[in-house]
Amino acid sequence: MFTPEMILAILPEISLLVLVGVILVVDLSISKERKGILAWLTVGGLALTFVLTFLLSRPGDETELWGGMIRHDWLAYIFNLVFLFGAGITALFAIGWEQVGKRGEFYILLLTSTLGMSLMSAAGDLIMLFLAIETASIPLYVLAGFMTKDEKSPEAGFKYLLFGAMTTAVMLYGFTLLYGFSGGETNIYELAANIQAGELPVLVSLGTLLLVLVGFGFKVSMVPFHFWAPDVYEGAPTPVAGFLSTASKAAGFAVMIRFLLVIFPAANIPQWVIVIGVISVLSMALGNTLALAQKNIKRLLAYSSIAHAGYVLMGVAAAAHTSLGVTSVVYYLIVYLVTSLAAFGVVAIVWHTTGSDDVSAYDGLSRRSPMLAVAMLVAFLSLAGVPPFGGFIAKVLVIASAVDADLIWLAVLGVLNAIIGLYYYLIVLKHVYLFRSDEDETPIKVARPHAVALTICIISIIILGVVLAPWFEWTSFAADAIF
Amino acid sequence: MLLTLILFIPALTAILLLFLPRNNKQTIRWVAFGASLVPLAISIVVWFGFEDAAVVDKFRYVEQYTWYEAINSSYHVGVDGLSLTMVLLTTLLTPLSILASFKIDKNVNIYMALFLFLEMGMLGVFLSLDLLLFFVFWEIGLVPMFFLINQWGSEKGERELWNGRKMPARSYASFKFMIYTMAGSLGLLLAIQLIGVVSGTFDLVAIFDSWPALTGDLTLGNTIIPFATVKTVAFWAFAIAFAIKVPVWPFHTWLPDAHTEAPTAGSMILAGVLLKLGAYGFLRLVLPLYPDEAKAAAGILAFLATMAIIFGAFAAYGQRDFKRLVAYSSVNHMGFVVLGIAAAAYSLGSEDATIALNGAVLQMFNHGLSAAGMFFLVGVIYERTHTRDLDEIGGGLFPVIPIYGGILIFTSMASLGLPGLNGFVSEFLVVRGAWPIFTLFTALSMMGLLFTGAYILKGISSTLHGPRKAEGNYKITDIGRREVFVIAPLMALMLWLGVWPAWLLDVINNAMLSLFG
Amino acid sequence: MQDFPILTIIVLLPLLSGVVLFFLPGDRKQLIYRWALATGLIEFLLSIVVYIGYDIDGDRYQFIDKFDWLPDLGISYYVAVDGISAPLILLTGIVIFTGVIISQRIDDRPREFFAFLFILATGVFGVFASLDMFALFFFYEIAVFPMYLLISIWGWKETREYAAMKLTLYLFIGSVIALVGGLALYFEAGLGTFDMLQLESFKFSPEFQKLWFPFVFIGFAVLGGIWPFHNWSPDGHVAAPTAVSMFHAGVLMKLGAFAALRVGIMLLPEGAQFHLPWIILLTLVNVVYGAYIAMVQKDFKYVIGFSSVSHMGLVFMGFATLTEDGFIGAGVQMVSHGVMTALFFAVVGLIYDQAHTRQIDELGGMAKKMPFVAGAFIIGGLVSMGMPGFSGFIAEFPIFMGVWQSHPWIAIAAVISIVITAAYVIRIVGSVFFGEMPEKFEGHVHDISRSEKLALGVLCLVLVGIGIFPSVIVPMVESGVQHVMTLLGGV
Repeated sequence: MFTPEMILAILPEISLLVLVGVILVVDLSISKERKGILAWLTVGGLALTFVLTFLLSRPGDETELWGGMIRHDWLAYIFNLVFLFGAGITALFAIGWEQVGKRGEFYILLLTSTLGMSLMSAAGDLIMLFLAIETASIPLYVLAGFMTKDEKSPEAGFKYLLFGAMTTAVMLYGFTLLYGFSGGETNIYELAANIQAGELPVLVSLGTLLLVLVGFGFKVSMVPFHFWAPDVYEGAPTPVAGFLSTASKAAGFAVMIRFLLVIFPAANIPQWVIVIGVISVLSMALGNTLALAQKNIKRLLAYSSIAHAGYVLMGVAAAAHTSLGVTSVVYYLIVYLVTSLAAFGVVAIVWHTTGSDDVSAYDGLSRRSPMLAVAMLVAFLSLAGVPPFGGFIAKVLVIASAVDADLIWLAVLGVLNAIIGLYYYLIVLKHVYLFRSDEDETPIKVARPHAVALTICIISIIILGVVLAPWFEWTSFAADAIF
Repeated sequence: MLLTLILFIPALTAILLLFLPRNNKQTIRWVAFGASLVPLAISIVVWFGFEDAAVVDKFRYVEQYTWYEAINSSYHVGVDGLSLTMVLLTTLLTPLSILASFKIDKNVNIYMALFLFLEMGMLGVFLSLDLLLFFVFWEIGLVPMFFLINQWGSEKGERELWNGRKMPARSYASFKFMIYTMAGSLGLLLAIQLIGVVSGTFDLVAIFDSWPALTGDLTLGNTIIPFATVKTVAFWAFAIAFAIKVPVWPFHTWLPDAHTEAPTAGSMILAGVLLKLGAYGFLRLVLPLYPDEAKAAAGILAFLATMAIIFGAFAAYGQRDFKRLVAYSSVNHMGFVVLGIAAAAYSLGSEDATIALNGAVLQMFNHGLSAAGMFFLVGVIYERTHTRDLDEIGGGLFPVIPIYGGILIFTSMASLGLPGLNGFVSEFLVVRGAWPIFTLFTALSMMGLLFTGAYILKGISSTLHGPRKAEGNYKITDIGRREVFVIAPLMALMLWLGVWPAWLLDVINNAMLSLFG
Repeated sequence: MQDFPILTIIVLLPLLSGVVLFFLPGDRKQLIYRWALATGLIEFLLSIVVYIGYDIDGDRYQFIDKFDWLPDLGISYYVAVDGISAPLILLTGIVIFTGVIISQRIDDRPREFFAFLFILATGVFGVFASLDMFALFFFYEIAVFPMYLLISIWGWKETREYAAMKLTLYLFIGSVIALVGGLALYFEAGLGTFDMLQLESFKFSPEFQKLWFPFVFIGFAVLGGIWPFHNWSPDGHVAAPTAVSMFHAGVLMKLGAFAALRVGIMLLPEGAQFHLPWIILLTLVNVVYGAYIAMVQKDFKYVIGFSSVSHMGLVFMGFATLTEDGFIGAGVQMVSHGVMTALFFAVVGLIYDQAHTRQIDELGGMAKKMPFVAGAFIIGGLVSMGMPGFSGFIAEFPIFMGVWQSHPWIAIAAVISIVITAAYVIRIVGSVFFGEMPEKFEGHVHDISRSEKLALGVLCLVLVGIGIFPSVIVPMVESGVQHVMTLLGGV
C-alpha cells in the first residue's frame, strides 16, 4: 500500500540521488576551467535538500514504512539533517582546494556517502542497515585517499579500507547470529521481540552484542577500534577528515543507540552498560592523553575525536536507564558536528596559506587574522566544554544523564577527562594568541565560501550553547522515537 | 553633641589639611594649631558644665547612636571625672605639641593631619562607652604614631638586626612600637570578642553589670569552660595589653626606642597621653570588669610596678642620651600609677584604695604635663646642638641660655616630685594609699624615688652646670617666644596643681568614689 | 523600577560590549579604551543603582528577571539579588570600572584584552545574580576561561604560561566536580527544576547531604583559594596583568566563596553542619599559613597574592562557624577583601609599570614620586591588618565572634595572622615606599595620571567608608544572612 508519506520519508535520499545524477551529468558536460561550479551546485543542492527535508519530511504518526525497511522517526529525521548539514559545510570547505574541489568525483562520493548515512539512521532492517553502512563507508575509503599525488593520503585511504573491511566483516557475523537467534527475522524491532522472548543466555547475547559493536565502534572510532583515526585524519584531505569525524561518527552512533536499546534492553542484559561505560572511560582517557603529545593539529583533533566518542558513549551508557541519555547523545552529536567542522575548517584555511598542519603553524594567528583566531577560539573552547558555547551544554547533558542513571563513577571520570582535554585545547590557543611567528605581518587569507561556512558553524555553536529549548525538545523527540 | 565635636573636629580638620596646597606651609601650621584649640575650648566648656550636666549611668554628656547594629555595638560616648581629666590633658597637650612642631618642614600637611588623627584616636579611647568603640580608637592611634616616628623621627642612627643587616633607627623603633602594641592588643581583641559573644553586646554600661556577675560554665560550640577560667584568661589578656602600653616592666622595651626616635612633638604626646591610655584601660576596664581577678593579681602588679620604678630610675641614670634618660623616667613615673592601681585592686573600696587611685589618676595627669615638658625641652636643646648625647652637649649651658635653664630646672623639679609642684602631690597620694596595702613594695618604691632625684640631677648638671666641655660649630640661642608659649601653660599648671590640687582632685575623687566606692 | 530589567542589563551588557569590541578597528586604541571605559562606567553606575535600590526590608530577592530557558529540564534564566549578592554586584561594578582605568596602558592588542575582560565580567555578574543552579554553573564557567587568555597573553613573561595553565586547570577541576554534585542534587530532588529556591525547600536526606557536600563545597572553594587547593592563586595573580589580578583576586575568588555558600551550604545545610567543623581547620591553615608565606616573599606581588589567600581563608572560616556573626562577617569580608585586593594589585601594577621590578629589595622611596599610590597602599595595608576604622575590621570582627561561638581555640590560633599581616605590610611600606630611592629610578618613575588617581580614590573611599559607617553594608548582608540561618536552623 503506497502512501505519500512513503515518499516524504525518503525525501532526502531521493533528493541526494537526484543531486548525484545532476552532478555526474554536469561534470561530464563542462570544461575543466569551469569545474568550480560543481561545488556550488553541490552546496546549493544540499541546502535545498536540507530545507526540503526540514520542512516536508517531519515524521508523522506512521513510523514503519516500506515494509519495515525504513523507519521514519525523529531520530532518523534529525540525523538526516545532521548529515546534510555536515556534507554541505564539507563541500563549502572543499571549494578552492586544488586537488579536491575541482573534481566531480569528490562531490559524487560525498553525496553518496551522505545518502548511505541517511539510510543508516533510518534503517529498520538488518539488510537495509548493512547496505546503508557499506554505501556510506565505501565512498569514504576513496575520499580519504583522494589526494593521489600526496604521500599520506593514499596510505590513509588504504588503512581506512582495511580497518573498515575487517570490522565490517565481524559486524556482519554478529548480524548473522542475530538473524539465527531470532529465528530468521531481519526487521530490527521484530527481531528484538523474538530474541527477548527466546531468553538467550546472557553470555551469548553479550557476545553477539560485542561482535556488532565492533563495526559500530569502528565508525565512531572508540577504543579499541580507534587505531585508524589519527593516520586517516592526518592523511585525508582536511574537509574529508572533518566529515569523517562528524557525520560519519554521528551515523555510527545513530545505529548504535538504536541497536543497543532495542535489541539488548538493559533490563535483560544490564552488563552492556558496564561494557560501554568502560569503553567510554578508555576512549576518553586514551584519546585525551595521546592528544597531549601531538604536534600535528589534525592528529590532535583525531585523538580529541576519539575522546569525544568517549563522552558520547557516556550518554549511550546512561541511555539504558534514562531517556535523557539518548537526548544527550543526540545533542552532543549535533554540537560536535558544528564544532568539529569549524575546527577542521580553520585547519583547512590555515593550511591553504601556511601549507602546514603543525601546531606551530598557528603561532601568531591572532595577529595574522584576528577573526580566524576568534573562530578557532570559539571552536576549541566549545570542544573543551566551555560556555556559552554548545560544547558546554552537550557535556553537561551527558554528565547529567550519567548522574541520572546513577553512573556517578562514570560522570566523575568524564569530568576529569574534560580537564585533560581543556589542557591541550588551551595549548593550541596559546599558539594562536600568545606565540609570535616571523610572518606575523602577512595576513592569512580567508576565501569567501570558507568564511561563510565558518560563520555558519560559529553561529551554530553559539546558538546551541545559548538557546536551548527548541533543540532540546527535538532531541528528546528523537529519544522517544527509538521505541 | 559636645563630645562628638571634641572627637571629630580634629579628624575633619586633618582631612581638610590633606587637601590644602602643600606648599603653603605656614597656613597649614596655623590651621592645624587653630583647629586643635577648638577641642580644648570645648573640653573646658565641658569641664565647667560638668557638675550640672545630666547623669546617665554614672556618665555625663552621654551620646548614643547606631553604629554597628549587627553585633550590637553602638557609638556610645560619655565622660566621668576620670575620662574628663584625661580628655582635658589630651586637648591641652595637642595644641602645644603642634605648636612645638612648627619647625617641621617635610610634608607638613601630612604631619599635621596625622597629629590630629592621633588626637582623635586618643580622645576616642577616653570617651568611648562601648567596648568595641574603645578598641577601635585604641588601635587607630597606633597608625599615626607609627608614621610620625617612621617618617619624622630622628634621622640619625642605625640599629643592627640579626645577621648583620642594618636598618635606620627610626624604622626599627616604629616597627617595634607597632608590633609590640599590636601583639599586645591581640589578646585584648580576643578578650573583647569573647566578652561580646558572651554578653551579646559591647555596651560598657551593660557589661559592667553583667560580666563580673557571671558564674558557672561557658559553652562555646563543643567546648565547655568554667567562667572563672575564662575571666582569668581574659583578665590577663586585658592586663598585658594595657601593661605594654603603660608600660609596665618588663614590657617596656619598646618605649625607650620609640620615645628616642620620635620627633619632639611625637614624644610629647607619646609620653604625655599615649602612655596614659594603658593606665586608663586598667582603671576603666580591668578594675570594674575583673575585680576578683585583679585582686588576685594585685601582688604581681605591685611587684612589677616597683620593679618599673626602681629599674626605670637606674636605667635612666645610666643613659648618656638625654632623650633616653627622659624616656626611662617615664617608666619610672608610670610605675607609681601602676602601683596605685595595684594597691586599689587589692582592697577595692577601702579608703586607702581610693586615696591610691586618686594619686594614680592625678599622677597620670601630672606625668602628662611634666613628661611632655621634659621631652619638649630636650627637643629644644637638640634643635640647637643637634645631639642628644649628654657628653657632647657638654654642660655649662646655664650661663649661655639662662631662661631655658630656668625652665628646665623648674620642669625637672616638677618631675622629680619637689613639694610645691604637682609631682609631689600625686606621688605622695599614691604612696600614702599604697603603704598600708603593700608596705614592702611601697617602701622599695620610695627607695626608687631616691634614684629619681639622682638621674634628674644628672640630666640637669650635665647640660646646664659645670664648665663648658664641648664646643660645637653651632650657635646656641636661648629659648624662643614660640617655645615659651609651648612650655608656659605646662609650667603654670604644674605650679597650680602643686599648690592647689583640689580643683582637679575633687573631680577625680568623685569619679573614683562613684566607680569603686 | 522592577519592570526595568536592570540586572539582566548588568549581566549581559559586558558580553555585548565585548562582542562589539571585536568589530572595532584594532589599531584605534584610544577609541577602544574609551569604549571600554564607557562600558565600565555604565556597569559601575548600574551596580550602584542596584545597591541603593535594594530595599532591606523588602522581599528577600529583588530585581527579579526570569524567563524559561530550557523548560524540559526546568532550567530558567533567573536572576535576582539578595542581601549577600547585592554588595557583591556593587563590588564587581567597582572593580570593573577601576580595572579598566588601570588598564589604560595596555598596548598589545587592547581590543582583545578588553573583550575578554568583559566576557569575564559577564560571567561574574551572572554568578552573583543567578538563582538557577544551571545558570550559575553556566556563568561560572564563563568566568573561568577568559582568565587563561588574559593571563597567558598579557601576563608577566616569566611565569605566565605556567601560571595561566595551572590556574585554569585547578579552577576547572573544582568547577566540574561541583557540577557533578549540582547535577546529583538536581536528580536527587527530582523536582525537575534547577531553581535554587525550590531546591532549598527540598529536604535532602542526611546521608545524601553528607556524601555530596564536600564535592560541592570544596569544588567551589577551590576558586576561593581554600587550602590545600590554593596553589594556583598566588602564581596566577602574580602572572596576571594588573586589571586581571584585580579582577581575579578581587572578584573571582569571591565567586568561589559565594557559590560554595549558595549551592553548598544553602542547599545542603545538614551536610554543612556535618563537614564544616573539620573544614574550618583547613581555613585556619589558610589564614595563618597564608600570612606567614606572604611575609617571607621577596616579590611584592607574591606578598599580595598570598595575603589574598590568607584573607579569603577568613571568608571560609566565617562560613564554617555556621553562626550568624560568622556569615555576616564573611559577607562583608568578601566585599572588603575584594576592594582591598583590587587596590593592592592596582598599586603593584602602577609601580611595576614604571619601575619594571617588583623585588622588594630593589624598590624604595616610591612615596616621594607617587605619594598618592603610597597613601592608597597604606590604606589597603591597614585594611588588611584589620585596623579598626577600615572595612577589614568591620568584616573580621564578626567572623572572629562567630569563631568564638563555635570553635574558641581556633579563634585564638587564627588571630596570630593579624600580627604577621601587620609585619609584612609594614615591611612593604617601609622598603617600597619609604627609604632611599635607588638611583636607577630617578627620572623613570613619575606620578600617576589623574584618572588612575580617581580609580585608587574610589577603592580607598569604599574601604574607609565601610570602616567608619558599617551600616552602609552590614544591615544588607545581615538581611541576606538571616535566611541562611533559617535554612541552617530549620534542619
